[in-house]
Order: sequence, then C-alpha cells, then structure tokens
Amino acid sequence: MIILDVQGFSKAFFVHHLQRHIPAFNEVDFRLHAGEFLLVRGVNGVGKSTLLRCLYRSYLPTAGQAIYHAHAGLIDLACAADVDIAALRRTEIGHVTQFLRARPRVSAIDVVTEPLLNQGQTRAQARQIAAEWLTAFGLKEDIWDAYPTTFSGGEQQKVNLVRALIVPRRLLLLDEPTASLDANARAALVTRLAQIKAQGVAMIGVFHHPEDVRDLVDGELHLTNTQVDYVAN
Amino acid sequence: MMTRPGLDHPRLVREVPLLQARGLCRRYGAITAIDGVDVSVYRGEVLGIVGESGSGKSTVLRLLNLEEPADAGTYYLDLPGYADQNLFTMDRYYRRQIQIRHIGIVYQNPYLGLRMRHTSSGNVAERLIMAGERNFATLRQAARGALSASEFPLERMDDLPIRLSGGMQQRVQLARALALRPMLLLLDEPTTGLDVSVQALVLDTLARIQRELQIATVIVSHDLGVIRALADRVMVMRHGRVIEHGLTDQILEDPQEAYTQQLVYAKL
Repeated sequence: MIILDVQGFSKAFFVHHLQRHIPAFNEVDFRLHAGEFLLVRGVNGVGKSTLLRCLYRSYLPTAGQAIYHAHAGLIDLACAADVDIAALRRTEIGHVTQFLRARPRVSAIDVVTEPLLNQGQTRAQARQIAAEWLTAFGLKEDIWDAYPTTFSGGEQQKVNLVRALIVPRRLLLLDEPTASLDANARAALVTRLAQIKAQGVAMIGVFHHPEDVRDLVDGELHLTNTQVDYVAN
Repeated sequence: MMTRPGLDHPRLVREVPLLQARGLCRRYGAITAIDGVDVSVYRGEVLGIVGESGSGKSTVLRLLNLEEPADAGTYYLDLPGYADQNLFTMDRYYRRQIQIRHIGIVYQNPYLGLRMRHTSSGNVAERLIMAGERNFATLRQAARGALSASEFPLERMDDLPIRLSGGMQQRVQLARALALRPMLLLLDEPTTGLDVSVQALVLDTLARIQRELQIATVIVSHDLGVIRALADRVMVMRHGRVIEHGLTDQILEDPQEAYTQQLVYAKL
C-alpha cells in the first residue's frame, strides 16, 4: 500500500533583505509504502531536514507534489489547506525533531500526555500510557512532574521522543532523533521504531549515525547539491 | 520574487468553520483601519493575528465581538438558528444576545473588561444575569465554577479586581468570558504586561481550557512566543490588510513576505 508519492519536490528560500534565492533541494522523487523505512543521506546543508519539514509543511515547498494517501483519501501535502495539514498532524503524520519546544511551566508528564488528551483519552489512561513510554526510554520517575526546561539535553530529548511517538501514526518523519541520546535510550528508540514499522507505519529518517537503524532501512535517498538518487536496498 | 501556487480548499476537513467573516472593512474618518480582511476559524482551533501597532488587528477583534459596526463585509457564526444570518445586518437586540451568549472576550486592559468596584465573583455573575439568570445561589455557584476553571484562587472571589494582581485580573476576565460557555473566545493581548512567570501560567490555563472546551479562539498578540504557544494558524496583518497566513510553525520558520521575515527575524 502506497503511503506517499513524491515527484519533482523542490524547495528554495527567498531571503528578502538579501534579495537572494537559497536553494535547498531540487526535483526529489520517491515513493514510500506502508511499513517502509526510507533513510535520507547527504552531507550537512544539503537539505535533509528541510525535506522533512517541507513534507510536514513547517516549510512551504516551492514546486512539485507529495501525494499522501490519507485514511480519507489522496491529498497533496505541497498545497493542502492549512486546516487539512493540521488535522493530519493530529492524527496521521508525526514529526520527530532534535529539539523540544515545550511551553514553560508544563511538567514532563503533561508534555507527553497532551497528544493523548487531544485525542480524547482520559487523564488516567493517558498517564498510564505515558508512564510506560517514559520508563521504556529510561526517564527517572522522580522527575516526571518537573519542568523539562530544567532537564539535561538527553532527558529533554527523551521527553520529546515520547511526545512525538506516543500517538500512533501512519507516517513518521524522523529528524536525527538519536542525537544526544545515551546508548540505552537509543536502543529503546530503535526497538520502538521496529515495533511500529512492523505495524505498518511508514518512516522517513535523517540520522547522524545511520548504523543505529541499519536493520530498519528499506531504501535510501541520497541528496546532493546537484541531483537526487533513489536507491532501493 | 518567489511565486508559489496557492493552497487548495480544505478536503479532509469537511465541517463548516464556526466563524466565517469576509471582506471586513472599517474606516475611522479618513483613516482606513482594516480593508478587506477575511477570517475563518473552526471549532477547537486557535487563530493568531500578529502585526505591529496600528495594523488593524484589534479592530478585527472588535468587529468580531460585534462591538462596532463594519463598513463592509459579512460575518457568520455557525450557531443553531443563526447560521444563515449575517450578524452585521441583524437586529441590535439579537446581536446583543449573540454577543452575550456565544462570544467571550478578554482584553489586554482589565479596566475594559471588568468593573473594578464590583467583586470578582460579581463580575463573573453579571454575565449570567445579562443572560437572564436571577437565582442568587445559582449565580454564586456558576461564578465559583467559572473562576475555578480559570484557576483563580477562590478564597479571593469576593475581592475587588482593583485589589488583584494583573495575572489574577486576567483570570477574572477569562472566567467572565467563559461563564456562559461561549462558542467563540476572543483574546486581545491577554498576557501583555504580565510578568514572564505569570504569563506562562496564564498561557497554560488558556491552552488547557482551549483543549477541554473545544471552542474557536482568536488571539491577537504582538508577542510571537505567545502565538507559538497557543495558535494553530496565524494571520499577519499590515496597514489593515492580511499580507500572509499559514500554519503557525510555517509562518514563524518559513515566512514568505518581506515584512513577515523582518517581524520573525527581529524576535529575540
């Protein structure tokens, strides 16, 4: 089952005060099926994270299309209405980044239960699910009620990952999720990713250490400054 | 200049927006405050409006609150019995009823939203009295419930707002705005002027209430941090017009217009 069909997908930024176009990636084509893991490779600055952000629509793509096969039908992520994108983010498409951007004065447990509460789960259910995830990622229980802004980088990243992964998705965009994680948490993450991949979740990932996810990868997308090569494993 | 294709109409989201306003115009003498502004907000959604002073963002909010007439434009709220009514052309009595029952507003300046010489609970109860409630015990209980939902310390519910801190005054305004469970909540710079720590608490209250009540909210703020924390979508206004709109993270991270780029890159 196809999840995503991307063709001619391109992004350039226009910076007004420089009056300059800054190209990111150009004419990207690939196809992703349910349960497939696509690894995006390329040197720094070639546009790997930008590609993920364009698919999540944190950035507006400049050209091309990204036909996403949603539960309710086909939709082009490149030009879908903002409210449709917002709905897909709540229910089907997840973006896992390196950075936690929590509201101040919100506890770690509240940060990770929020997506569940938004889905209509009760506070008790949400807390129980969150507790399992936080434990799996090795975040000590005595800091669950503390504010993540006071946490170390690795602890913040664990909260961030749990928040991003706790609600089931159909498509996950993973932007260096293992950065700043210790070995145990990295292993816990890879185990979780393998589980949800087996459940049919499609993933596109950028990894600083691709060997972490070596066993999950089904295909690779090589971004270079001049061209894009898709290689199926 | 970069040109990009416009976005499609909603396809997955089938419901009608709670609020649909088109072509809003408002002039004050020779000055055009807003000129052709379109606004739509869905239930459960938060729309942010940003822009510098004088851009017209507060005027939009006053029009949506039916506080003043529009010189042109239409305004529909998808409410039972009123869905086909342009609120701007409706009889004054019904307009007032809709304002009281279905729209709540919190102003930056608590003096605009509160009677400083009435108790805090009285300020909240007044809203219910306007809607026809007369039973003292019911009023008291409802005021208590609304203040508690706004995380106002109940032991101070009979204090005059003038004796309260800025953060508590905003909670009384919020309780008053929400007392009748409105469909639409309008927030005009609700945390501007509060200490940063108090601001964070008020923001958290707003986020929780938004999630629990699933109302449609419009928040006007020049503080992009507040907008990032609360808004799902953002409209950028300049000289009375909407120059750009999009998902909040997209507007803040990949702004298209020169003015929006300046605004976003100027943030600390």
